[in-house]
Amino acid sequence: MTRWGMVIDLDKCSACQACVVACQSENNVAPPNQEIHEQGRSIHWIRVLPTFEGTFPHFRMRLFPLPCLHCDNPPCTKVCPVSATYKSEEGIVGQIFARCIGCRYCTTACPYTVREFNWRKPVWPEEMKPIRNRDVSVRPKGVVEKCTLCTHRLQKGREKARVERREMIPEDYIPACVEICPSQAMIFGDLDDPESEVSKLVRSRRAFRLMEDLGTEPKVIYLSEGGGD
Amino acid sequence: MKVSEQDRILLKPVEQTTKRFWITAGILFSIWFIGFLAYLKQFYGGLGVTGLSRPTYWGIYITNFVFFIGISHAGTLISAILRISQAEWRRAITRSAEVITVMVLLFGVGNILIDLGRPDRMLNVLKHPHFTSPLLWDVTSITCYLTASTIYLYLPLIPDIARLRDHGTKWKGFYRLLALGWQETPRQKKILERLISIMAIVVIPIAVSVHTVVSYVFSMTIQPMWHSAIFGPYFVVGAIFSGIAALMIAMAIIRKVYHLEEYLKEIHFNYLGILLLVMALLWFYFTFCEYLTVFYGSEPLEMQIFMSKITGPYALYFWTMVACCFVIPFVILANRRTRTVKGTVIASIAVTIGMWLERFTIVVPSLVNPRLPYARGTYYPTLTELAITAGCFAAFILLYMTFTKIFPIVSIWEIEEGRESSLREVHERVKGYLPGMGGKSE
Repeated sequence: MTRWGMVIDLDKCSACQACVVACQSENNVAPPNQEIHEQGRSIHWIRVLPTFEGTFPHFRMRLFPLPCLHCDNPPCTKVCPVSATYKSEEGIVGQIFARCIGCRYCTTACPYTVREFNWRKPVWPEEMKPIRNRDVSVRPKGVVEKCTLCTHRLQKGREKARVERREMIPEDYIPACVEICPSQAMIFGDLDDPESEVSKLVRSRRAFRLMEDLGTEPKVIYLSEGGGD
Repeated sequence: MKVSEQDRILLKPVEQTTKRFWITAGILFSIWFIGFLAYLKQFYGGLGVTGLSRPTYWGIYITNFVFFIGISHAGTLISAILRISQAEWRRAITRSAEVITVMVLLFGVGNILIDLGRPDRMLNVLKHPHFTSPLLWDVTSITCYLTASTIYLYLPLIPDIARLRDHGTKWKGFYRLLALGWQETPRQKKILERLISIMAIVVIPIAVSVHTVVSYVFSMTIQPMWHSAIFGPYFVVGAIFSGIAALMIAMAIIRKVYHLEEYLKEIHFNYLGILLLVMALLWFYFTFCEYLTVFYGSEPLEMQIFMSKITGPYALYFWTMVACCFVIPFVILANRRTRTVKGTVIASIAVTIGMWLERFTIVVPSLVNPRLPYARGTYYPTLTELAITAGCFAAFILLYMTFTKIFPIVSIWEIEEGRESSLREVHERVKGYLPGMGGKSE
């Protein structure tokens, strides 16, 4: 069985935020304006999270690109009263926007705070409307949304492979953030395939997962800094 | 069925409506209407009109939900437990307690619906139920509770409705319909008493389950200071605590407005005051256990939230809560001389405020301090949220007032029964407890 996962090499990541922009346009996330941003209500399915360790002068800042971690034991899916959020057979934590009642229980249960809520009707500049991605639905106000690892691309890739009468290959399904990453810090693939690049990297000594002690078992795995030398 | 001259005063609120009533009702209706307009604004504008934002996804609506469901424990526990334990002094107060339960539950559920981002999809909970969600357990047990406590309110009301049917002048058809042909035959009485005692027993475990499940909404998550095994009993104790307080406030107002000093006596306030004192001590014990274990373990993430309550931005709420829930009621109620009607009412008002703050300091600080270093800010409810909350409280009082205009708020038949038969029964019973008094020994 395929188990989709992602590896983010913090050594290679330059925190350029190209992934943030790519995700924004791929998934029809409305661009935030100043007011919404100041209220803490801008929506990003992936964001670059700064963390600070130590105090000056012995001080280190780390930057984590943080999408939904697609936990293998997700706290969010258990608490949803209407199964609007669920874990698919292939491990992707998905969200049924049309079913969500907006109780925001999943957002409070998620220890990584990566779920987003539509506080208002999303506002789009007129000129951006025609270039929205037709494969992804535009969410109405009042529902929770989140990174889906671009599942629409998985569907497309699968269909393409079927039409061409062949097995799926890794190039058929790549999320937008991984595709855009200029320093190739993000690697995507099947964690259950021992030959895939991700599963090789996951076995590296640099691999770690955010807040591993919580037992949520994220499928987005980081490679810590200092591995290059 | 006749109502004796002595008890005519209990029918008076139903028969006569004073000008003062209409004025109060008018004010409450206006507050409700403002709240309703605020809700319309939220319905069309989305939850953006509230003060919530990432990472604080829950605010005062959830606080109100927990608070209202807590208040609802007034009726059931007071009335059912006192009825089962044959406490004779209950007779005058059970009805007013049961009404609180039924009405306040509507507002508890209402606040959850107000809090939904998509209230138009609320039926999805029935269409696509997901049984691992504590919110679904909530829906189940609150529905049970609302049904059971409505029946439990209605059953003891039947003989009084029959009295209104035979006695009153207005809405004869309405009362005839609700009285279900009650003629006070011995057979009817026997069935009714059997049903009431069954319901009294059924309603207690349901009530305990309701507030346990409400606490599970928080404690099933892995959020720091929510993930705690003590939450179940802690919430149940808090619920009974605030329930008794709300009941005493209601009783004091009824007593004053309808001149029922003869029925709701000093002794009732004294006894309920002692009960409130016991609950205040229990509340303190639970709070102490909860906070001491967190402090002693001093897990960094939990300490962050702990400190935000003790000295940080939520300190004002926290210490006001401690003062209102423990210091004030303890000082007033531990002293026989201050355990008067006035004293107990002051203590009750303090407890009600304190318990609302308790819910607030549980819900908000944990969410404001998430595990990851996101931008944090304190949460302040907006005017819209405050207006909706005020509207809920006003609507609750208005509904309660309306009830007293339709049905007697003190159970007439139970008072009569007390006068006629229980005096003798209690005499016999006490005799039965004592050796050598010749009472019936069972």
